[in-house]
Amino acid sequence: MIDLHGYGPRLAEGALITIELAVLSLILAVILGLLTASAKMSRSWLLHRLGTLYTTIIRGVPDLVLMMLLFFGGQIGINMFTDWLYARFDIDIFINVNEFVAGVVTIGLIFGAYMGETFRGAFLAVDSGQIEAGRAYGMSHWLVFRRIRFPQMMRHALPGLSNNWMVLLKTTALVSVIGLSDMVRVAAEASKATREPFTFMIIVAAIYLLIASVSEWGFARMQKRYDIGYGEAD
Amino acid sequence: MADTPIPLEVQNIKKRFGDTEVLKGLSLQAHKGDVITLIGASGSGKSTFLRCMNLLEQPNEGELFVHGEQIRFKETRHGREPADWKQVVNMRARLSMVFQSFNLWAHMTLLENVIEAPIHVLGKPKQAAIEHARALLERVGLAERADYYPAQLSGGQQQRGAIARALAMDPEVMLFDEPTSALDPELVGDVLKVMRDLAEEGRTMIVVTHEMAFARDVSTQVIYLHQGQVEEAGPPAEVLGNPKSERLKQFLAPKH
Repeated sequence: MIDLHGYGPRLAEGALITIELAVLSLILAVILGLLTASAKMSRSWLLHRLGTLYTTIIRGVPDLVLMMLLFFGGQIGINMFTDWLYARFDIDIFINVNEFVAGVVTIGLIFGAYMGETFRGAFLAVDSGQIEAGRAYGMSHWLVFRRIRFPQMMRHALPGLSNNWMVLLKTTALVSVIGLSDMVRVAAEASKATREPFTFMIIVAAIYLLIASVSEWGFARMQKRYDIGYGEAD
Repeated sequence: MADTPIPLEVQNIKKRFGDTEVLKGLSLQAHKGDVITLIGASGSGKSTFLRCMNLLEQPNEGELFVHGEQIRFKETRHGREPADWKQVVNMRARLSMVFQSFNLWAHMTLLENVIEAPIHVLGKPKQAAIEHARALLERVGLAERADYYPAQLSGGQQQRGAIARALAMDPEVMLFDEPTSALDPELVGDVLKVMRDLAEEGRTMIVVTHEMAFARDVSTQVIYLHQGQVEEAGPPAEVLGNPKSERLKQFLAPKH
C-alpha cells in the first residue's frame, strides 16, 4: 500500500473542499450564465452592453490574474469601504475576505461568462415556432420559459455545459494560490515535507480523474433525459 | 345575437414592417359558427392578418375585441404594445391556433402536448385534462399514438395532434394558419376531414388556406386579400363561383 505519511485525512479534507468549491462555483456560474444570456438577448441597450462588457473582460484576462485581483484587490476595496464607514458614520466593522468565498465568487464569475455564451447559443437554437406555440396558447413569458424554452435549451446547452464543468473543476486548483487548502495545496505541502511528490501528485490526479469520470456519466444521463423526443439522427 | 358577445372582432388592422405597409386596414367579424377563409397569393398578408388576431404580430393600428372585450394598447419606444399582458394571455386562451409547421412541443409526448395548456394555463385538474385529451386524440384518429413524441409521427398525424391540442382549450375561435401547406399531398385529406367535421359541429374558425375546395364547401365567408387589402369578400358561392375582380379570376384560374 502507498505510504501517505499521515497526510491521508488532510488529503481527504482537501478533496472535499475541491468538490464543494467546484459545485458551489458551478451553481453560481449557471445562475450568472443564465442572467448573462438573458441580458445579451434582451432588447435593452444597457443590459446588452453590460453583458458584453462582462464576458469581454472575463474572457480576456487570465483566471489566475482575476483570482488574485478579486481576492487581494477585493480585500483592499472592502477595507476602504469600512474605513469610510468608520470615518463618516462611526460604524466600526471589519470584513475579512474568506478564501473559500473568494474562490467560489471568482470561479463563479469566470465561468458565468463562459456559461453565458453556452446558454445564449442554446437559447437561440430553440425553434421559434415552439415558443410561438406556447405564447399562442396563453402561456405567460415565465411559463413559456419554464415549460418550453428551458427544457429545449438544455438539450443544446449540455455538451457545452459539461465541457465548462470539466474546465471549472480543474480551475479550482488555482485557489491554492490564495491560501485555500484544497487537495492540490495539501499535496504540494506533503510533497515538500516528505520529498515524495510523485506519490501525492498521482493521488491528486487520480481523484480529479475520478470526479471527472463520475460527472461525465452524470452528464450523459442528463443528455439522455433532455434528448427525449428527438430522434437519434437529429 | 345581441345578448351573446361576438367571439372575435377586429377593426381596421394596419401593420407595417419597416416602411412597407403589409396590412392596410383590415376588419373582420367572426360570429359563432362562422367559418371564414382567407385566401390570396403569398405576400397578400393573410397569414400576418391571422397572426395579428392573437397578437403574435403587433398591429400598428386597429382594434381587437375578443368575446366583446376590447384589447388595450399603449405606445412605447418599440411601437404599439398591449397595455396589459394578462389581458392578452387571457384572450389567447380563448383562441387557439393551428400552425403551418404544427409546432407540437418536441420534448413532450402527444398526450403531454394536449394537456399542457389546459393544466398550466386554464388550471384544469390533471386527471380531467388527460381524459379530455384521450377523447380528443380518439376523435382525430390518434388514440394509440398518445405516448409517441412528435418526431415519431408523420406530418399529417402531427397536424391532427395539433388540432387536438387546440380543441383541448375549448376555444371560442380556432385560427388555422395554412394547416395543410407543409403536408405531403396524400396526407392533406385526413387533416381537411377533421377540419370539415369541426365546421359541421358549429365551431367558429378562421382559416388561411390554399385549399379552394375546402373554402368553397365549408366556409360561410371567403375573403380574398391582395396586397394587404380586401379585394373581394362574401359567401363562397359568390366570391369563388362568380368572382368580379380580374385579379381574383386570375387567382382562381386553373394553374398549368
